[in-house]
Amino acid sequence: MTLDALRAGTTAKLLDIDPCNGLRMRLMEMGLTPGADISVLRVAPLGDPIEILVRGTRLSIRKREAALIRCESA
Amino acid sequence: MAPSPDPRASDLLVAVAGNPNSGKTTLFNALTGANARIANHPGITVEIRTGHVTLPGTGRVRLLDVPGTYSLTARSPDEEVAINALLGRKGMKRPDAVVLVLDGTALERNLYLLMQVLEFDIPVIAVVNMLDSARDDGIDIDFDALRKTFGIPVVGTVARKRQGVGLVRDALDELLGDPESARRPGWFWEPALPLADDLASFEPLIEEEVRFRLDTPGARRAFALWLMTSLHGTSELEVRPRLREHTLEVQARLEADGRDLAHESVVARYAVIDRIAATVLKQGPRRSHLTERIDAVLTHPFWGTAVFVILMGLIFQALFSWSEPMIGVIEQGFAALAGAVRGILPAGVARDLITEGIISGVGGVVVFLPQILFLFLFISILEGTGYLSRAAFLLDRLMRRLGLHGQAFVPMLSGFACAIPAIMATRTIDNRRDRMLTIMAVPLITCSARLPVYTLIIALLFPAADKIGFLSSGTVVLLAIYLLSAVMALLAVGVLGRTVLKGQLRPLLLELPPYRMPSVRSVLQVLWERTRAFLTTAGTVILVATVVLWALLSFPRLEPSDSGPRDPAMAGEAGLQAEQLRGSFAGRIGTAVEPVLEPLGFNWKIGVGLIGAFAAREVFVGTMGVIYGVGDEADEAHVGLREAMGDDIRADGSPLWTPLTGVSLIVFFMIAMQCISTLAVTRRETGSWGWTLFMLGYLSASAYLASLLVYQGGRLLGYA
Repeated sequence: MTLDALRAGTTAKLLDIDPCNGLRMRLMEMGLTPGADISVLRVAPLGDPIEILVRGTRLSIRKREAALIRCESA
Repeated sequence: MAPSPDPRASDLLVAVAGNPNSGKTTLFNALTGANARIANHPGITVEIRTGHVTLPGTGRVRLLDVPGTYSLTARSPDEEVAINALLGRKGMKRPDAVVLVLDGTALERNLYLLMQVLEFDIPVIAVVNMLDSARDDGIDIDFDALRKTFGIPVVGTVARKRQGVGLVRDALDELLGDPESARRPGWFWEPALPLADDLASFEPLIEEEVRFRLDTPGARRAFALWLMTSLHGTSELEVRPRLREHTLEVQARLEADGRDLAHESVVARYAVIDRIAATVLKQGPRRSHLTERIDAVLTHPFWGTAVFVILMGLIFQALFSWSEPMIGVIEQGFAALAGAVRGILPAGVARDLITEGIISGVGGVVVFLPQILFLFLFISILEGTGYLSRAAFLLDRLMRRLGLHGQAFVPMLSGFACAIPAIMATRTIDNRRDRMLTIMAVPLITCSARLPVYTLIIALLFPAADKIGFLSSGTVVLLAIYLLSAVMALLAVGVLGRTVLKGQLRPLLLELPPYRMPSVRSVLQVLWERTRAFLTTAGTVILVATVVLWALLSFPRLEPSDSGPRDPAMAGEAGLQAEQLRGSFAGRIGTAVEPVLEPLGFNWKIGVGLIGAFAAREVFVGTMGVIYGVGDEADEAHVGLREAMGDDIRADGSPLWTPLTGVSLIVFFMIAMQCISTLAVTRRETGSWGWTLFMLGYLSASAYLASLLVYQGGRLLGYA
């Protein structure tokens, strides 16, 4: 499954990120590496973006990009 | 003549680098005190701060605040600043040491940057900051293990409370005292075989002249990897052609072989970090869930929205109302000063230059400070607490629909008060394209300086007795102006974003840092730096422009011999002023351009008013006062001025000021770039005359076309 499908409050294990204009490298450099635990903390009131927690960092990304992040239930 | 040696060139240089939100700037401020200065980095929109510290052993050391970055990899020229600062590329001096600030609450991610920097074989002191927050998060950091693992000095700090700052100073003093002995541990991972060969293939291509910066094989290998991860086919990064070609070749081969560079480099580094973290970090139970609790409210659909609306209302109120008395005091102060000078000096050009040119010019600069200070007071507090990124989180979807980044909201809102602080506030937008788009659109939003002009025209042409429904027609016009100006700003974003500033929607990747209390010191520092930057760069341009405009409106001087008013209706002092203005350069320009303005429904008097309005839009009202012979003290509520304007006729005997002329002029004022100060600030914030002139050009052309359309269209429809 992909990260955008994860419900708020759940945690998953990151598998890989699909390539997209250098975003993959950028996300990985911020700690979104395969095997890392990744939680969806909340969804913004307007439905997008989402807030995720990975390696102690809270990040806001849009669902469009979250759909590139593949993960499996931890 | 040989250039005189810059005394600072011999100072040792230390770069302070780190992740955004790591407290890097707070530590920088704690080290340098109040002596930091900001300067725009040439060619791009990134600012670099510099300051100095005097160490007991080493003496005076210059410090450079490298813009916060998560990685040295650069995809745009803006992101290239970090590596340029660390390696001394592109006209920067190579630092003698690097202080790398690490966020203790997210050490793993921060160690990534540390590893990257160490790979360049630069002497580094690692500072683990925000130890208090880390402790609250239940994180225990083993400093001895960190020192042993990396083999470099490691210091723990709470920069916000100035704890450990002395230790950083000591470590710096020691390292700079004997730079040869500085440990440069280099690489902590070995690239696997195909990548190792790829990186080695760059070695013969790295030219002799850059080898002093890349003075070890490890540094050259790091640079090769930087090229491979940063460059791409359409990259704007400036790299020597040979290196660029080779990089693209290697990348193509890598892709053809189905290899994955991110995996071979980033994942390899994180594998090391995971190993190190296992020995260095101990995660205990969290002692505080403050950030979660605050976020539950501030990002709540109802409460979060409510807080946001209240905060924005406060900013709006501050810019609009609270700054008003201060602006009044400043204006009265400068008027009193001008009056005093007028009383001392004999009448003449010198006196007028000082009172009407210089004093009113300086006043015209200082008058912006209340709004700038208020806006940056709010922004620095909201940014320092971490709220500003939550606001972007809340608004991103809405703003994206409008073609902008969530971070563009506060600057756009501020534009209703004044474009000057609004453009300065775009600094909080991290992506260059969105920032330029916002800067280009902000002047379209109706600022408070336009209100007197609108009030004058509305009072003249839309009497309060005229009702549309239960609203007076003037109120409807004013409401329409505000609504339309916001629509036009968004339209400009839409059009410019699809043409001149075309670019794909940049993904949002925004850190939501833990909530923190910003220190009073750092808020004051921001206010002081913004004020200084505004006064020294934009302020000088505004002052010069005001003096030039004064000269245009006052020269050539009326000869005393022909000082008798030619128009018997305009007697006395006010008549003299009107005569003087008509004969001035501005008056002549106004007369000369009358044929161009006529299709918009304007005559030369309005033309002169438009020239005067470049100093500040509200000056239009005063200019009208002078030109209609009621004196320069007239304000928008002056009845005599309204009557004089109402009596003005065109060559064919029809009244000049019809509702159609009024609407055409309002439309012109809504769009036209009629503010020298905005241009000066745009020049400073974009670092480019090209963009500044583009702003002037596109807004002036649009204003002319829109007014033309309104006036000629209105006439076709049968309005006068």
